[in-house]
Amino acid sequence: MKEHGTFRVKKGMAQMQKGGVIMDVTTVEQAQIAENAGAVAVMALERVPADIRAAGGVARMADPVMIEKIMEAVTIPVMAKVRIGHFAEAQIMEELGVDYIDESEVLTPADEQYHINKHLFKVPFVCGARDLGEALRRISEGAAMIRTKGEPGTGNVVEAVRHMRKVMDQIRQVIGKADDELVVMAKEMGVSVNLLQEVRKEKRLPVVNFAAGGIASPADAALMMQLGSDGVFVGSGVFKAANPQKVAEAIVKATMNYDDPKLLSEVSKGLGEAMPGLEMTTLTEADKMQIRGA
Amino acid sequence: MKIGVLSIQGAVSEHLQRLKDCSVEAVTVKDPASLSSVSGLIIPGGESTTIGKLIELAGLKGPITELSKSGNLAIFGTCAGMVLMARQVIDGVEKQPKLELMDIQVKRNAFGRQKESFETELNFKPFEQTLTGVFIRSPLVREAGEGVEIMAAIPEGIVAARQGNLLATSFHPELTNDTRIHQYFVDMCRNIKEVKKIKV
Repeated sequence: MKEHGTFRVKKGMAQMQKGGVIMDVTTVEQAQIAENAGAVAVMALERVPADIRAAGGVARMADPVMIEKIMEAVTIPVMAKVRIGHFAEAQIMEELGVDYIDESEVLTPADEQYHINKHLFKVPFVCGARDLGEALRRISEGAAMIRTKGEPGTGNVVEAVRHMRKVMDQIRQVIGKADDELVVMAKEMGVSVNLLQEVRKEKRLPVVNFAAGGIASPADAALMMQLGSDGVFVGSGVFKAANPQKVAEAIVKATMNYDDPKLLSEVSKGLGEAMPGLEMTTLTEADKMQIRGA
Repeated sequence: MKIGVLSIQGAVSEHLQRLKDCSVEAVTVKDPASLSSVSGLIIPGGESTTIGKLIELAGLKGPITELSKSGNLAIFGTCAGMVLMARQVIDGVEKQPKLELMDIQVKRNAFGRQKESFETELNFKPFEQTLTGVFIRSPLVREAGEGVEIMAAIPEGIVAARQGNLLATSFHPELTNDTRIHQYFVDMCRNIKEVKKIKV
């Protein structure tokens, strides 16, 4: 008897991505550049976060035609984004056959109270989080992979660092907690004691945890890996750079060799103009994507 | 005896844990120097295009091929690892990176996309009891040469094979708590050590 879409199969898919780089792509050509550069997956979308930010308005799931073209063009897994809480968009993406769905704050949320019940799907989901509580709430809804939210489309790694440090710090706190203290912590975080017990036992999140939201250079990728990420998402950072191919390859190598400064210095040389990037103080609260869907 | 896990990308920590469960010394292998100290090497699941490309960059392709062909290294490939070990790959990328160690022809992503990924009970030849095979965008062995022993099959085709000091599975034994296949590989590595001793 074959059993499809078990949590082990969904979570396992993310485990196979560890140590890798997942790149945002908007065209078949970009998807091929990403695959050739050694990306472990591509995220197919109509506009990279930097352009979504610039365009404003409501950002929805991508046109299925565009996603199908990218699925045909590459052999590595293809991910796609749906709006927070928009389970109909997710049903469409599952039907299309995308390998992973990102319930993403980069798109305009469709539901301000509920996320998608991800247990109902055979396709795995990745969700963003800024702290341990948020990560565990998404996992209890069925997320099989977590990523930091960071601040998408900024090319500024500061928020991704903040979120990764927060998650890691809270995991260290959980490890030191007594049973009765864990109960209170669970209440404060709005998560089940069982999940916190699992974190305490495994000394890590129960699923793979990638970094996302502002990673724009090989050094950024190495920084996030050293802070404890299992891998990285690069959104606007590759195809908003002057030399996407070179930047893509450099980030892949940096992610694998994140603890090798000699190699990191080699791959960081002569990459050309990076994406311009945004300073956080120039963003108003309303500009911040990370506050969507806590 | 030390057994290495190729530590480029993919399910590295899971394999290290299973080896530790078998009470053997498990180390990561990232470069030729770390390869020289191990009797066996696990090539984990991940993306075969990524791992294959980076194996070459790390300067590991030559040493892995030489050590395994001279009988001084046992190799166990799971999923992407199986693809990398195959002589021929169907549905690969244009320049599919390969180690070409085993006389098998493998089809990549043979079951389709992720929603077709599954787990199932299967028989692994040396074992009396079935085990749970976890298949994630898995390959299948389409053809196996004369010297290749078929270790497991499901209705769709061959999912485990052995050729001398080489073992490959389409599925992921590292994703379950069952250590039998890892133990089986550990025993293969012990034999390598014996061979080495005799040669010396």
